[in-house]
Amino acid sequence: MSHSPSTQSAGLVTTELTHELPTRLAAASDASEHRPLIITLFALFVVATLVITVWAGRQTKNASDFYAGGRQFTGFQNGLAVSGDYMSAASFLGIAGAIALFGYDGFLYSIGFLVAWLVALLLVAEPLRNSGRYTMGDVLAYRMRQRPVRTAAGASTIVVSIFYLLAQMAGAGVLVSLLLGITSDAGKIAIVALVGLLMIVYVTIGGMKGTTWVQMVKAVLLIAGTLLITFLILWKFNFNLSDLLGTAASNSGKGAAFLEPGLKYGVTETSKLDFLSLGIALVLGTAGLPHILIRFYTVPTAKAARKSVIWAIGIIGAFYLMTIVLGFGAAALLKPADIIASNKAGNTAAPLAALEIGGGADSTGGAILLAVISAVAFATILAVVAGLTLASSSSFAHDIYANVIRKGEATEQEEVRAARWATVAIGVVSIALGALARDLNVAGLVALAFAVAASANLPTLLYSLFWKRFTTQGALWSIYGGLASSVLLVLFSPVVSGKPTSMFPGVDFHFFPLENPGLISIPLGFLLGWLGTVLSKEAPDRGKYAELEVKSLTGTGAH
Amino acid sequence: MATDAPPPEGGTDTNPAPTTAPDPATTAPGPATPGQARFLDVQESAEFGELRRTYRNFAFPLTVAFIAWYLLYVLLSNYAGAFMGTKLFGNINVALVLGLAQFASTFLIAWYYARHAATKLDPKAEAIKSRMETETDA
Repeated sequence: MSHSPSTQSAGLVTTELTHELPTRLAAASDASEHRPLIITLFALFVVATLVITVWAGRQTKNASDFYAGGRQFTGFQNGLAVSGDYMSAASFLGIAGAIALFGYDGFLYSIGFLVAWLVALLLVAEPLRNSGRYTMGDVLAYRMRQRPVRTAAGASTIVVSIFYLLAQMAGAGVLVSLLLGITSDAGKIAIVALVGLLMIVYVTIGGMKGTTWVQMVKAVLLIAGTLLITFLILWKFNFNLSDLLGTAASNSGKGAAFLEPGLKYGVTETSKLDFLSLGIALVLGTAGLPHILIRFYTVPTAKAARKSVIWAIGIIGAFYLMTIVLGFGAAALLKPADIIASNKAGNTAAPLAALEIGGGADSTGGAILLAVISAVAFATILAVVAGLTLASSSSFAHDIYANVIRKGEATEQEEVRAARWATVAIGVVSIALGALARDLNVAGLVALAFAVAASANLPTLLYSLFWKRFTTQGALWSIYGGLASSVLLVLFSPVVSGKPTSMFPGVDFHFFPLENPGLISIPLGFLLGWLGTVLSKEAPDRGKYAELEVKSLTGTGAH
Repeated sequence: MATDAPPPEGGTDTNPAPTTAPDPATTAPGPATPGQARFLDVQESAEFGELRRTYRNFAFPLTVAFIAWYLLYVLLSNYAGAFMGTKLFGNINVALVLGLAQFASTFLIAWYYARHAATKLDPKAEAIKSRMETETDA
């Protein structure tokens, strides 16, 4: 990725001199021409969201406002916000790019992200809404000894959210610089700092209310932008999907194989196993992502939480269906070499396709569509990082500060103040790490976040809600066991070292062959939760479980 | 039977001795608080048992089913390339149809659960909740 800028500028010079292949212009290479329009749209989004944030901030008076947006959002509004929280730049640009480069395998990747919502719908969203207040830790610690389980839940929440956040921040730097044609290091760092600063402002001032509105606006923009490009691409192919796929296949140079599984994940036996591992982590991880779970506290009832998930499934499903057209459209309209030249991972395939479908590099239509898609990508990044920051600072303030450090003695104001300071601290740390990691390949961190969520959080959540014998020791074993095994396996995997695509390609200390630890760490998390429970000396708290079970299924006494 | 089964995703976690009857071994030491006594009563009531059964008998097998269906799709994509590449019409092959079928089944299950919850679960849950909350007020 660090080599791409030079490739682009070389491409720019040749093309501009010869004027032979104007359509070969990569988005980034002629960004100077489109930059004013793109920056204007970025600025519009920033101003609009800041106005919303200040407005939301005025209405944020107590802890329930800050953590849960006052619990006044409707199921539909929250469904939009959940979608906005979930569809990261990785799913927008990443999946479209993966389809553009690897065909079917990019689509295959997207499916786990959608099916996963059924776990949230059937097993998690409603019981969580009924029995918790502000954080995932509320439910995990409900029947358990508070301090050890709160600490574990806080640790796991913060690790998942920070890994996810880091991947987004580093990605934001690369992506936005690419869209704006910024190649200098200082420019990239400035972008990471700007993204970090905005997310601090959104969360400290607007709290959950502000963050929710930012996510809703982003979801509408993302769907509208994608719908427009999808429609234009389909129009060009007379709404004949088969034609579109055929053109993509032949244009890709890979023929029918482009429409079949295998180009990305089927290369070796190891990569097949790796994909299986990833698939399991995606399906089981979503319902354990803290930044998603806390969204269910923003609605008044479990019924509304159910409606949120139903809307989210509809919106996210429709979105992934459109990425099929977007990705194969990019493959049909562009040359594979141009996609790779702009960004090796294909992250700019969607913006490039927008430029092309709008009439090409020299057209006004192309420039407008490119700017629209770039602004949507920028909005996407901001909405997701805000959600992640809120999840980790909420958990720090509510689980660790209020319930562990202050042993439940902190006042609401003290708790919210702690959450705001935690937001600033997390923001500053992630700006620093994001800037340092700007040239590292941190995409693997998203998969790690899903693996931790599936190995540590989901087993503990399900056992807590559904297994009456579950004990504190079981909860601690599943959280720490799932967390430690996923993090260690990734540390000693090709994600971190030993391959040209690793985070640190120069060194090699990997011994675990798979990039995704889920195949081992998820069964281990479930197993440890069970083992910790049966080996437990203390009996489970029956009264507390009765309270949790009755509340979670009926909504009695829900906050 | 499945009323007290462990969560279905485990796979590796074997039989944590599910029982429906109150198990002496799981009884917490010390007296329950008055509030908890009420929750314990409700938890053991036939009405709540019915709600739990209606929920679990629907949600647990369906969860196992859609995860198995997804894994089947992933395994076919990994290990049955020739079958997945079979062209059905035009450039549409089995792989694409099965992928789209995952979307369809996800939408369908979401709709099916929403209907089940609205007709079978909500009335039962609402009845228990309103009774418990009136008792508190009284």
